[in-house]
Amino acid sequence: MKKFLLALLFVPLTAFASEGGIHLDTAPINLNDYGSLQRGARIFTNYCLSCHSAAAMRYSRMEDIGLSKDQIKNNLMFASDQVGNTMTISMTPDDAKLWFGAAPPDLSVEARARTPDWLYTYLRSFYRDDSRPTGWNNTVFAKVGMPHVLWSLQGVQDLKEPAAGEHAEHGAPEFTLVKPGKMSPAEYNAMVGDLVNYLTWMSEPAKTTRLELGIVVLLFLGVFFILAYYLKKEFWKDIH
Amino acid sequence: MSTMQKLVGWIDDRFPLTSNWKTHLSEYYAPKNFNFWYFFGSLALLVLVLQIVTGIFLTMNYKPDATLAFLSVEYIMRDVEWGWLIRYMHSTGASMFFVVVYLHMFRGLMYGSYRKPRELIWIFGMFLYLALMAEAFMGYLLPWGQMSYWGAQVIISLFGAIPVVGDALSTWIRGDYVVSDATLNRFFAFHVIALPLVLVGLVAAHIIALHEVGSNNPDGIEIKKHKDPVTHIPLDGIPFHPYYTVKDIMGVIVFLMVFTAILFFAPELGGWFLEPDNFIPANGLKTPEHIVPLWYFTPFYAILRAVPDKFLGVVAMGAAVVIMFFLPWLDRSKVKSIRYRGNLYKTILAMFVISFIGLGYLGTQAPTAVTTNIARVLSIIYFAFFLLMPWYTKMDKTKPEPERVTG
Repeated sequence: MKKFLLALLFVPLTAFASEGGIHLDTAPINLNDYGSLQRGARIFTNYCLSCHSAAAMRYSRMEDIGLSKDQIKNNLMFASDQVGNTMTISMTPDDAKLWFGAAPPDLSVEARARTPDWLYTYLRSFYRDDSRPTGWNNTVFAKVGMPHVLWSLQGVQDLKEPAAGEHAEHGAPEFTLVKPGKMSPAEYNAMVGDLVNYLTWMSEPAKTTRLELGIVVLLFLGVFFILAYYLKKEFWKDIH
Repeated sequence: MSTMQKLVGWIDDRFPLTSNWKTHLSEYYAPKNFNFWYFFGSLALLVLVLQIVTGIFLTMNYKPDATLAFLSVEYIMRDVEWGWLIRYMHSTGASMFFVVVYLHMFRGLMYGSYRKPRELIWIFGMFLYLALMAEAFMGYLLPWGQMSYWGAQVIISLFGAIPVVGDALSTWIRGDYVVSDATLNRFFAFHVIALPLVLVGLVAAHIIALHEVGSNNPDGIEIKKHKDPVTHIPLDGIPFHPYYTVKDIMGVIVFLMVFTAILFFAPELGGWFLEPDNFIPANGLKTPEHIVPLWYFTPFYAILRAVPDKFLGVVAMGAAVVIMFFLPWLDRSKVKSIRYRGNLYKTILAMFVISFIGLGYLGTQAPTAVTTNIARVLSIIYFAFFLLMPWYTKMDKTKPEPERVTG
């Protein structure tokens, strides 16, 4: 029995590590930071939600991050006019496939499929590559079909070739900014952080409720256990 | 006579209410020395009920249609009141069902609970295990994510390895040449009605057989050998109700603490309970790099991959499950419980546990030449545990069993 329990300890808790070899930066996720989530929502509806849909997400759900229905209607709804609608787009998957080579994925639960760290690194790792049809490539997602939609904000960067004798897969790839964008690198990183924070929130809007409720449930069970323990003791006092 | 007694009397004249209550609860005498390992039977029943109840509520909003299934699960997660809780209870419950069942089976192994006169309890239990695997496999297709789709594709295609009829058989199972809407519909039907009926029926048979012969205990001795001369109640037996009902409430709470901790704080459990790839909708044109079944199947999946020939691999995988049915007749030891067995059996059982967990881990990993060889060694240990059992259990130096339970 002890051997068995001991053996269980050696089973690693993460079954599926992110794709091997790719360096990922840690995304600044804080689901209680409504300011960040609202800024992320603005970026998402302005820059993402015309090629990408989020068909499981209703506009009105953004009330959960401190926005009123009017604020949502007036500032964040470009593709729909009913605040109870889901975030669908007018581009059909067939057209999308024709134009981009692959239909842009629905982003409803993308943060759960890819992890926030993957998204955070991916959105900061586009570089100029003239061999690609879009002119862009990405170190996290090689030969990606998506162009660098946020280029006007980040600017244009080149991938620094690794020096002779150095292996490219070691550590993070380095970029050189050849043409600055509207944002400084620090501003751009913070903006992508907000966007990924929003995507993470959108992938499971009930998560904060779940975490809060979990503590209450465990406390309840803790109290219940004490009662059950003494109940059992009382019943069993004659059994030897 | 009170109204209540009158009512019970009225029912008893027409239905064996009081006698069933006595047979199965208040006058079912269980050994008084049950330990930690004896919680998992009642916990398995609890999880079965949880799965059925949450499953009923899920079917109210789930759509078994290839174009709608994935989004209907997200609809449950977002727009259905408490839908996320019901869905996570069901997904966590699926994995926890196997955790509980594996611990329950291991208890049987340790204390020889499968031995005469409990062979049929073990056999009903093995059928339950088979039905549970089918239930879990078909249920896993329903969210219609990439891993649902490709997991089903891989497992069903295994039937294609059977000579002559293989291809026709796998097409017949799918209802199509690939996993498709037709497959989803029939798996839904099996998952929500056919297999739950089988499971509930088998649970009834499992418990009726248990209550016929009486429970085993950590000492592996029969409490019915020493009965009170007047009352004929086993001297080491105590009524299941109230003694084990109050004790099991304690076990249930501890289990629920583990269950809810996972459910509320880590429902994916790092990819073990909900795989990241299953948050990508099923796409028949895009094969994921790395297809793995969920953790509770991976020991058998690792055995399948360890055999170089596909057909023989399928045979080995099937044999790994079927061989467990024969356990009651493979064990020739003079004693039942691990407490009175010798070091030989203890060592071999430990090796078996290591091989099962090791195979389970390797089954989740992409195979390399080295890990495939390790899986081969572990597979041999797995089968040797059963095939050599008639010899090593006989050779093993056992200690004398006590006359009465030792607590």
